[in-house]
Amino acid sequence: MTNIFELLKGKPEESDYENKGVIVQGITGAYGSLHAKQMIAYGTNVIAGVTPGKGGQKFEDKIPIYNTMQEAVDATNAKISIIFVPAKFFLSAAKDALNAGIKLLVAIPEHVPIRDTMETLDLAKQKGAVVIGPNTPGIMIPELIKIGIMPPMPFKAGKIAVLSKSGTLLYEISDALTNSGFGQSITIGIGGDPVNGTRLIDAFEMVKDIPDMEGLVIVGEIGGDSEEILAQKIIDSGFNKPTVAYIAGRAAPKEKRMGHAGAIVMGNYGSAESKVSMFNKANIPVAKRPAEVPVLLAGKIEKSD
Amino acid sequence: MQLLEFQAKELFREYGINLLDSISSTNIEEGRKHAKEIGYPFVIKIQVPVGGRGKAGGIQKCQNDDEFEIKYPQVMDLTIKGEKARAILLEKMADIKKELYLSIFLNRSKRCYTIIASSEGGVEIESVKNQIIKEVGLGDVSDELARKVANEMGLEGNTAEQFIDTLKKLSKLTIEKEAELVEINPLAIMQDDSIMALDGKFVTDDNSNFRHPELQQYQEKTDIEEQAEKSGFSLVELDGDIAVVGNGAGLVMSTLDMLSDNGGKPACFLDVGGGATTESVYEALTLISQLPRVKGILVNLYGGIVKTTVVAEAFLKAYENNLIDLPVFSRLKGTESEKAKEMLQGSRTNIFDSVEDAINAAVMGIKK
Repeated sequence: MTNIFELLKGKPEESDYENKGVIVQGITGAYGSLHAKQMIAYGTNVIAGVTPGKGGQKFEDKIPIYNTMQEAVDATNAKISIIFVPAKFFLSAAKDALNAGIKLLVAIPEHVPIRDTMETLDLAKQKGAVVIGPNTPGIMIPELIKIGIMPPMPFKAGKIAVLSKSGTLLYEISDALTNSGFGQSITIGIGGDPVNGTRLIDAFEMVKDIPDMEGLVIVGEIGGDSEEILAQKIIDSGFNKPTVAYIAGRAAPKEKRMGHAGAIVMGNYGSAESKVSMFNKANIPVAKRPAEVPVLLAGKIEKSD
Repeated sequence: MQLLEFQAKELFREYGINLLDSISSTNIEEGRKHAKEIGYPFVIKIQVPVGGRGKAGGIQKCQNDDEFEIKYPQVMDLTIKGEKARAILLEKMADIKKELYLSIFLNRSKRCYTIIASSEGGVEIESVKNQIIKEVGLGDVSDELARKVANEMGLEGNTAEQFIDTLKKLSKLTIEKEAELVEINPLAIMQDDSIMALDGKFVTDDNSNFRHPELQQYQEKTDIEEQAEKSGFSLVELDGDIAVVGNGAGLVMSTLDMLSDNGGKPACFLDVGGGATTESVYEALTLISQLPRVKGILVNLYGGIVKTTVVAEAFLKAYENNLIDLPVFSRLKGTESEKAKEMLQGSRTNIFDSVEDAINAAVMGIKK
């Protein structure tokens, strides 16, 4: 399994340890440039940008822009990229990145066709790369590196891993955790699409062996069965760190897409009841409100002490 | 988007999948003409984008003119799971020997297309027994695999050949139109051993619409939902009286849940989206003002990328222009929320520190 921390931080003996370079694809667009600046402000080492046709220019007078990912990777040796291009152009940007040797690809765009996501994941598999998203807020180690669009305020360094399908709920729940004294070791945005590069179960595999993890928070929503599969995995693996879940969409009508392409209940498939009952089976309490997450987590931690 | 049966069948026909004679109509005058063309006996089928039509009385056999005059309007007037009839399909009745099940769907957890087939179809998928499940990557079904499925279903001779042909055509359709689900249930073996698709379900991947102008004609959205999409936010109409507005699909769903837990009834789900501007939020408020039944607005914002002040400004503009004369219950947090609260001070917006307080006030306020 991929060591996500090694991808994000590197190894202690490397000169760029905890300062890994990140390439921003679509850096000159409105969205890409806004978030490139915010990532830099957070301390992320944005090392290059890519916008076809703008090679040779500089972003904010200092970050070189290249026409292709191959040129950017050749010049910087970066292994991480984040994509901000419109959904229509996502597939070609993703292929460009993976073919150039990117090992961690964070896919921000919403509305990527499922077929394009599946083709991207096929290629990523061949290349041994991790894809986060699409339609994700990104991934971060609070106070160290942010590869995404999250606002900085809700997050604080700590020992709780948070996995979330939703962006704003990730902020809301991390905020509640932070206010209750629970900082976060890592937060991974799964994304709101039907097909995810990193599924909940993959994200769980990435974080389950963090040595000093105090707890795990899973933020799910209606649609698909990735919460159920994760709950089963937790049962089967005997994972015993304090874990709490939250599921959004209990009151949503069936067969209606609730904002996210993936948030739709078909028959019983994807329903909140199905997810809640599987978490209950795994002895994982499910919060009714975001504010209840830290309360339940504190209870779990107390019991495990 | 889920197509109606007759629309799915138009696509089936285009791909050469066998069908019974059928014609769709939207009024009884048209229907009478079709009745003559098709000839009795036939089946009257309501066209709604949801399942469970049979149980709800939306599929009726029809033997003669007298029955037609009674049953056509009856079926047309039905509402099934909140969906009114979009059209009526008249379909020739036929002698069926056996009902099979066949679908190709996007398997989200396996991240590939998957075939489900069974020799015991005609019931809802949850109750289909002896399911044969095959993963097929990006959707291509080879001759060999199709034959294997037919064998496992116990099909033989001409029936097996026709099934193989149907499965391959269904796979081609799924791939070319980028469907999330294409289902034929039942796929019938007729008395002469031929195979016919008696029903059709087709769910598109709306994100690939830009590559499929040919599917545009099937797009069906309420005016309000369509306007919302154009303006870059997502709106789902619901049947309650409190409009729920927020940023991010997860946060808005979560707000609906809490509102419902506390006895409130949401009138809509409105996610202003990550790219919200004062103009787009103003547009959102305009749409809300057009929704029937709305007695109040509940706002739950966690400002990140979207500044809460941008939203506050839109509300102030809406009050100034008398667009909104409803009570508004707000919880604002995150980027520039202190400034946003100041801006809204003394306006129609009631500001609360927690979403729970805002919800309780909204539920109480609406009851008054």
